[in-house]
Amino acid sequence: MKKLTALLFAALLGTTAQAAEYKIDTKGAHAFVQFRIKHLGYSWLYGRFDDFDGSFFYDDKAPEKSSVNVNIDVTSLNSNHAERDKHLRGTDFLNTEKFPSATFKSTSFEPLADGKALLKGELTLHGITKPITIDVTNIGGGKDPWGGYRQGFSGTTEFELKDFGIDYNLGPASQKVEMILDIEGIRI
Amino acid sequence: MQARNNQTRYGWAAIALHWLMAPAIIGLFALGWWMRQLSYYDPWYQQAPNIHKSIGVLLLLLLVLRLFWRLINVAPQAEPNTPRWQTLVAKGAHQLIYLLLFAIMFSGYLISTADGRAIEVFGWFSLPATIQSIPNQEDMAGSVHEVLAWSLIILVAIHALAALKHHFIDHDSTLLKMLGLSKDSEQSEEQAPITTTKKETAL
Repeated sequence: MKKLTALLFAALLGTTAQAAEYKIDTKGAHAFVQFRIKHLGYSWLYGRFDDFDGSFFYDDKAPEKSSVNVNIDVTSLNSNHAERDKHLRGTDFLNTEKFPSATFKSTSFEPLADGKALLKGELTLHGITKPITIDVTNIGGGKDPWGGYRQGFSGTTEFELKDFGIDYNLGPASQKVEMILDIEGIRI
Repeated sequence: MQARNNQTRYGWAAIALHWLMAPAIIGLFALGWWMRQLSYYDPWYQQAPNIHKSIGVLLLLLLVLRLFWRLINVAPQAEPNTPRWQTLVAKGAHQLIYLLLFAIMFSGYLISTADGRAIEVFGWFSLPATIQSIPNQEDMAGSVHEVLAWSLIILVAIHALAALKHHFIDHDSTLLKMLGLSKDSEQSEEQAPITTTKKETAL
């Protein structure tokens, strides 16, 4: 009986330390796939992809086992300017008619100190697949007020546009794009 | 020369509208085609689309004016020995040109205003956004704009070739009428009977 009570107790409390699959909360829009690129070298231009979905596995006891999968609807690109979005979706850039989706599949997760980690994986964009490394920070995790359990991360990475076959000339200061990824997952 | 049309000839108002719009339409097509391939650092990269949009809006005003004018004026009769099918085809083509112009302007408007931004017309006034709710509006409208613009320019080429055929092969005054140069224009004011056009066979 004592053992059972202890087990029950552990199950109730145990929500803080479990290996689990999380669904990225795109429904509640607590996740953002954003990019920024320099405009002429004078300022940063921000944009985002409004539609995506994905999931991740996270075990705070064994974070190295973490993995992530994300699918991005590239046509949902939004830089707050329709004519620019149209240009970016067109053949000069993302050619979304031919390559409507982008994917990220992780291959490894290397925990560092202070909740930071290196997430490596394959990014497929514009029909080209390349390995990228994302600098990840675990922002936090725990119970939410509505009976769920959440875990959130922030990540950044950067790559050259031409690595993904996008060679439209935006100028020397605008060769690289930075991705700013913020995801919150709800435990399934 | 009078402003209004009659049974045999166009008045100067219709002629002016036609020749004001013709270069604007062809110019907009050329400008639209050219500006799409400008590089980001081209000095015209920002200016060309602004001019394209501004002229497009002004052309819409001319088109409305032209259709109104057409409504309250008679159209000159076709050349007397024109086969009936040709008259009908020509009429259909003219109406299709008007329809395509409207559709092209509307789709262009939907591209530029998809995010709620207004269209600035040479800084004189702006045309506000209205419809923004079509899914992927700027892309959808962009495809429509492109396909219809090509359709229009093909139709315009046929229209111009037909006018030249009337002039150089049929030797009639179809083209001269739109230039205000038809032979009978001096005598055939308001009341000119249709039969006077027979003289033009001498051309």
